[in-house]
Amino acid sequence: MKSQKIDNFSRRNFLKTSILASGGMLIGFNLLSACNPVAVMPVDIESLNFNDFNAFIKISDDGYVTIFSPNPEIGQGVKTSMPMIIAEELEIEWSKVNVVQGALDSENFQRQVAGGSQSIRFGWDALRQTGATTRQLLVNAAAIKWNVDASTCSASKGIITNANGDKLGYGEVVKEAALLEVPEEIKLKEIKDFTIIGQEIVNVDIDKIITGKPLFGLDYKAEGMLHASVLRPPAFGQKLESFDDSKTKVINGVIEVLKFGDKIAVLASSTWAAMKGKKALSAIWKDENLESTEDHNKILTTILEGNDFETRREDGNIKVAFAAADKLIERTYHSPFLPHNCLEPMNFYADVTAKKVHLVGPIQTPQWTVNRVAKLLDRETDDIYCEMTRMGGGFGRRLYGDFALEAAEISGLVKKPIKVVFSREDDMTAGTYRPSIKYRIKASIKDGKLTGYYLKEAAINGNMYGAISNFFPAGCIPNFKVDTANHKSNITTGAWRAPYTNFLAFAEQSFFDEVASELNVDAIQLRLDLLQRVKNTDDKSIEYSGKRMEDTIRLVREKANWGKTEEGVFQGFSAYYSHNTHVAEIADIVLKDGFPVIKKVTAAVDCGVVVNPTGARNQVEGGVLDGIGHAMYSDFSFKNGKPDSKNFDTYRLIRMNETPKVDVYFVKNNLSPTGLGEPGLPPAGGAVANAINAALGKRIYSQPFVKELNKSSVLG
Amino acid sequence: MPNYTIHINGKERFVTADADAPLLWVLRDDLNLVGTKFGCGIAQCGACTVHVDGVAMRSCQLQVSVLEDLKITTIEGLSEDGKHPVQEAWKELDVPQCGYCQAGQIMTATAFLNENKNPSEEEIRVAMHGNICRCASYNRIEKAVKVAAKKMS
Repeated sequence: MKSQKIDNFSRRNFLKTSILASGGMLIGFNLLSACNPVAVMPVDIESLNFNDFNAFIKISDDGYVTIFSPNPEIGQGVKTSMPMIIAEELEIEWSKVNVVQGALDSENFQRQVAGGSQSIRFGWDALRQTGATTRQLLVNAAAIKWNVDASTCSASKGIITNANGDKLGYGEVVKEAALLEVPEEIKLKEIKDFTIIGQEIVNVDIDKIITGKPLFGLDYKAEGMLHASVLRPPAFGQKLESFDDSKTKVINGVIEVLKFGDKIAVLASSTWAAMKGKKALSAIWKDENLESTEDHNKILTTILEGNDFETRREDGNIKVAFAAADKLIERTYHSPFLPHNCLEPMNFYADVTAKKVHLVGPIQTPQWTVNRVAKLLDRETDDIYCEMTRMGGGFGRRLYGDFALEAAEISGLVKKPIKVVFSREDDMTAGTYRPSIKYRIKASIKDGKLTGYYLKEAAINGNMYGAISNFFPAGCIPNFKVDTANHKSNITTGAWRAPYTNFLAFAEQSFFDEVASELNVDAIQLRLDLLQRVKNTDDKSIEYSGKRMEDTIRLVREKANWGKTEEGVFQGFSAYYSHNTHVAEIADIVLKDGFPVIKKVTAAVDCGVVVNPTGARNQVEGGVLDGIGHAMYSDFSFKNGKPDSKNFDTYRLIRMNETPKVDVYFVKNNLSPTGLGEPGLPPAGGAVANAINAALGKRIYSQPFVKELNKSSVLG
Repeated sequence: MPNYTIHINGKERFVTADADAPLLWVLRDDLNLVGTKFGCGIAQCGACTVHVDGVAMRSCQLQVSVLEDLKITTIEGLSEDGKHPVQEAWKELDVPQCGYCQAGQIMTATAFLNENKNPSEEEIRVAMHGNICRCASYNRIEKAVKVAAKKMS
């Protein structure tokens, strides 16, 4: 009953209009939810209330359109692609559209989170309907002006035309349109008629980025703001015992030093003075429970060898399959912890006053942060106003608002506006890391076929979540089991671009390469054969499409000239489904002085309709290189609770001279778009590892690969 | 704190700062030129790259006290209208993802192309290797440097 009611009243409630005092019309709307029926539309832009509506479209009387885009921008392009969808249905030229990042909205808005590559997938229908409804509203206004039936009028490029050939620009009917009832009858465009979606639209912030305009949280300033640098326990499992700030207090610019919890904040008139002041602090720490990577490795291995698992998926009977096997293969894969290393270090602004709490900064989860700040400061969420800035990378790190909470706590204590800025060392050592994980995969072969598959996951803090155990290759093998277990550690861990699958895909796709060798079949043919079983499955739990995966694999096989490369080029294949998108990749490598050099990666992607091809390719190119970089080079470990690396002199990120060329191809279809921020990454490591094996005959079982290659006798 | 006169983007600017204050923070906090970014503070990432007498340098390592006779250009001063050929190339190829490192990338590329008018692919890859792009938009940065080289020749 409830959904019926929402269906009946949705459009009128989710979209409201008003005339702007300064001229033009304002449309307020809520994505994915019916808005509060009493929500009030403002008559001036300054009083836009994102608590009533989470997004707005302003149509000026000169026909220009401003879209207040609600989703946080972390570099995944939604600030461009989401407004493109509105503009498409609105029938307005892109050159007349200006996009502004909206502030945080209320609880009515269900997805103001950048994470999980879901912004476009969730927004698609709602954004199209918003654009189409607004278009119909304008057409209706023109029809009334002309005294004709609206069905005889049409809109294109911001101009409404009637049967007589009369024309009115959107700007000429906004005043009338704002007074009309929101139409219930709308028609979405046919995908074949799209003129903006599918075009190469340059990032809306490009001019600001290339000229160095303030955009990011770190660039934010406010009158009277102090800069805060925070000393946190250097090791996980330490508490603050005492500290001496006498050397800090004499530093020019240092204004105040204060302890909060186990941390010490240095407040200063400049960032440099705050950082210098922090370095001059001397603190005594009390060791409690200090953990090391060496211990973790032993613990994870013990877990794998034990029997204490939670079963996430089980098909058939692996025990029977293993007992009847002609051959069993078992391999173990290991990943280290990884910091996110967003290039813009964590930072946040807070101004806590008796009246309100103002927060500004780069955050992927604004609503959650507001709720937590309210709890921390014992305030009402209505008192808290959170503005989002562009983010200098996210990768999952900015889901965790620890830095915003620190800022709020410090500002509450000093009763002044402050901005917390992490140094790179702070950022790398006070992280929420990708957890270290070990996978053990065991498979049975009988009569030349893969009959059983058993994957065990031993992870630090928590395990693969949601439907990951139903991703490829679930459903492909008759006897199949996924088990997980974890070890609770005091090292903070969290989502890292393509959580779990960023490493799981490497483990599984490397394993299948070995199975193909064992069966003496082509590595791609093995996957295509396996997919046959899942193509006609009636198992609703299977998350991916066998057909779409097959088409994606066939596309990459063709585009990369699989098996037909020139001499000295070695290829590796990998395919994975994550975040609702199917991706297949082939890496081409050559050997230089015996060391593998990755020359090219060909990627085929099925993400449904490609909204913005230039942005979409950019996401896949970056995802592939990010995947390769972390698989090849990045390592992170702990000794007695302390991270072994603190900055980019000892922590290695991929650099330009180490990057291959990435060629991206999209499977063409008219299916609803799916995410792209993450799915390009998971297959990359496996494709490279498999190519390395093709070149050197060496299998790689742990990341980073360079550590394995340096150990290898192949390279001396 | 001592006073310094520094030449930035064609103008004389007066600042009061500790002698050891890095140019990076003087630009960002004192002069409101926030286009130059903080990434690592130890000259490893290139986000803070500026030109000092035309040479690309890491502003996190330049103490304000040694700059008095030098001409500094930041991303804000690279061109008056944002239409330096390198900026144009960046726009044409839609290079940025998060965009945070790009000012530093552009400054490194510009200084490099001023010295090397017709660089090979290998020379570009080596010249740019000191600038980290965490989003790994490297393919496009590389192409943009090539496009910019053509525009500048």
